[in-house]
Amino acid sequence: MATSYDYEDAPADYEGAMDALGRGSSQDLGYDPNFVPDSVKTFVVHLYRHIREKNVYEIHQMYETSFQSLSDRLFKDTPWPSVDAVAHDVDNDHVFCLLYREMWFRHLYARLSPTLKQRIDSWDNYCSLFQVVLHGVVNMQLPNQWLWDMVDEFVYQFQSFCQYRAKMKNKTEQEIALLRQYDQAWNVYGVLNFLQALVEKSMIIQILEREKEGLEQFTATDGYDYNGGSNVLKVLGYFSMVGLLRVHCLLGDYHTGLKCLQPIDITQQGVYTSVIGSHIITIYHYGFANLMLRRYVDAIREFNKILLYIYKTKQYHQKSPQYEQILKKNEQMYALLAICLSLCPQVKLVEETVNSQLREKYGEKMIRMQRYDDEAFSIYDELFSYACPKFITPSAPSFEEPLVNYNQDAYRLQLKLFLYEVKQQQLLSGVRSFLKVYSSMYLSELATYMEVDESTLRTILMTYKHKTHAVDSDGKIISNADVDFYIDDNMIHVVESKPVKQYGDYFLRQIVKLEGVINDLDRVRLD
Amino acid sequence: MGREREAQKPQQQVSYTVEQLVAVNPYNPDILPDLENYVNEQVSSQTYSLDANLCLLRLYQFEPERMNTQIVARILIKALMAMPAPDFSLCLFLIPERVQMEEQFKTLIVLSHYLETGRFRHFWDEAAKHRHIVEAVPGFEQAIQAYAIHVLSLTYQKVPRPVLAEVINIKGLSLDKFLEHQVTNCGWILEGDQGSGQLIVLPRNEFNHPELKKNAADSIPLEHITRIFPILG
Repeated sequence: MATSYDYEDAPADYEGAMDALGRGSSQDLGYDPNFVPDSVKTFVVHLYRHIREKNVYEIHQMYETSFQSLSDRLFKDTPWPSVDAVAHDVDNDHVFCLLYREMWFRHLYARLSPTLKQRIDSWDNYCSLFQVVLHGVVNMQLPNQWLWDMVDEFVYQFQSFCQYRAKMKNKTEQEIALLRQYDQAWNVYGVLNFLQALVEKSMIIQILEREKEGLEQFTATDGYDYNGGSNVLKVLGYFSMVGLLRVHCLLGDYHTGLKCLQPIDITQQGVYTSVIGSHIITIYHYGFANLMLRRYVDAIREFNKILLYIYKTKQYHQKSPQYEQILKKNEQMYALLAICLSLCPQVKLVEETVNSQLREKYGEKMIRMQRYDDEAFSIYDELFSYACPKFITPSAPSFEEPLVNYNQDAYRLQLKLFLYEVKQQQLLSGVRSFLKVYSSMYLSELATYMEVDESTLRTILMTYKHKTHAVDSDGKIISNADVDFYIDDNMIHVVESKPVKQYGDYFLRQIVKLEGVINDLDRVRLD
Repeated sequence: MGREREAQKPQQQVSYTVEQLVAVNPYNPDILPDLENYVNEQVSSQTYSLDANLCLLRLYQFEPERMNTQIVARILIKALMAMPAPDFSLCLFLIPERVQMEEQFKTLIVLSHYLETGRFRHFWDEAAKHRHIVEAVPGFEQAIQAYAIHVLSLTYQKVPRPVLAEVINIKGLSLDKFLEHQVTNCGWILEGDQGSGQLIVLPRNEFNHPELKKNAADSIPLEHITRIFPILG
């Protein structure tokens, strides 16, 4: 099992949680976990009813709007009332209580800083919740937004726990004792196996396969089940693929991460695009992983699309609780795009709006990045550090004295290896600038221009070829080169790559649109 | 959940190949010994599985105290042999920095650096100094030569004989034999006689003959067309 302790004991365990709550630094001032304001009672009762009646629209309203406004009004810096205090209003419904606690902890993480005991309790709650879902006894229909938030928060809390645990220096004896005692809480195997189990149990990969053959509907209904079934396991399984991509990126395992995402066709709309947070997180990690795999063109393409999408739609999300997160990821992706385009100047792939935003933010830095001097490296360092995921060390700490912090180790390693790659490519921008102005030239000429001997030049040219030709997931060689060349004996012939315009997809979209319009017209009755 | 999965009885496990084991148990510490054996098997049978090796490095990452650096070194050598794929970096991303400081890993990192930057002369010189490391893995030389030829054929239509000789580290009579083999089996053409002025015409591909490049923009995957099947029907 992912955890070694027994969940039947939860109520007994709960006193401990309350105990820890009471001791939580600033949370105790005037907070009575058993006090339930009327508005909260109404909220809980209504939410419970809507869930039982499978009224997704109302659930979504309450979840997105009421929960936020109540939090803003009543629980700005205290937790929500404890689950025990509201349980009898909802018939002590086991699953509802798990959902309530999930939101309770999410609110706590967002507004206060969780104690170690709370982190452990939140893990317990996820275990119970996911186990209920995995056993298939859930018959609810929940909004995609909520299901996404669950997976998103689960991975976030895991990452947060690893960061917290890695700061060993200032741990109290009591914290260390707890860490030792609950060594299964947020254990990396447990986290990965839950996500994996959700993917497998939901049969989501098979569902997406069958959908391609027209045997099943999933994307068309945004994952909802209109035949009386539940969408919870299916959609959680679906989002868990994104969760796995993200965890693997946090671990530095980009190849495996992308593999986990493979069942989702990233070039098309899908359930992952139905929630803005999921859309952004998916593309951010997809792009980052491709950057680390040197598949710059793939990264540029998807960053370009999502940045354009955010540019056009961000005004609609201004009131959303995710708005700040959207803006942050937006900025980070511009930084990553600046890195990609500096290593692989395929500006033609970038749409005009995105390009002008990029120039505004990073134009000057990008010019300096081309120089590949010490200053350029420090800009690569700066942008990478700003935009990379919060890498984690998944293993448990050594509890031996002296206690040392290791929360920066994983980040430093990824940064170092990335800068190593940048260094290997430092001579390529010089080659590129010469290739751009000549259509053909002798090797000896270029060698003179670049102030190297001919045999060194040959190695530089081979490096150029190697670094601009990536290997895709099927093992095929893909050219990322903006300017290319070939050598015939001692003569270099330059080939300018032509812009690749994809008309096919455009026409497909238009055909579908036109069909929609015709259908609408058919429905119009003229009296 | 890890425990649930490992409950498979030993006699059942025998019928699984290691690849299948990785596919169904990607996050199970109990398959670690199988994966270590599998690395040795890949070395002796000259096969390769990136997925299995990454899976093992991942388990080492989760439980550093179980790490076997000898095995890690073998994985890295196999990853070098997989160039031009970026497998070597993929592995390094998962290996803690303090482990990478060990002498044998430093050597491998230098070798990788030479290959990544096209400095084959340096590579072969360095490899010669560390025969004990690389000779432990059969097929190493051939794999690197294959990578070298790959880079050459991205770059050259016609390559001068001395350049080829340096890059694949074969000279004189052995080079003639090698060329003869490539001419019969891989479509290489020799221009001029066996002096240093000899040119080798490499097979045409879309990278050294850009006119061969198919215009990928015009093709649409069938999956995307299926979206409009209902309309077409």
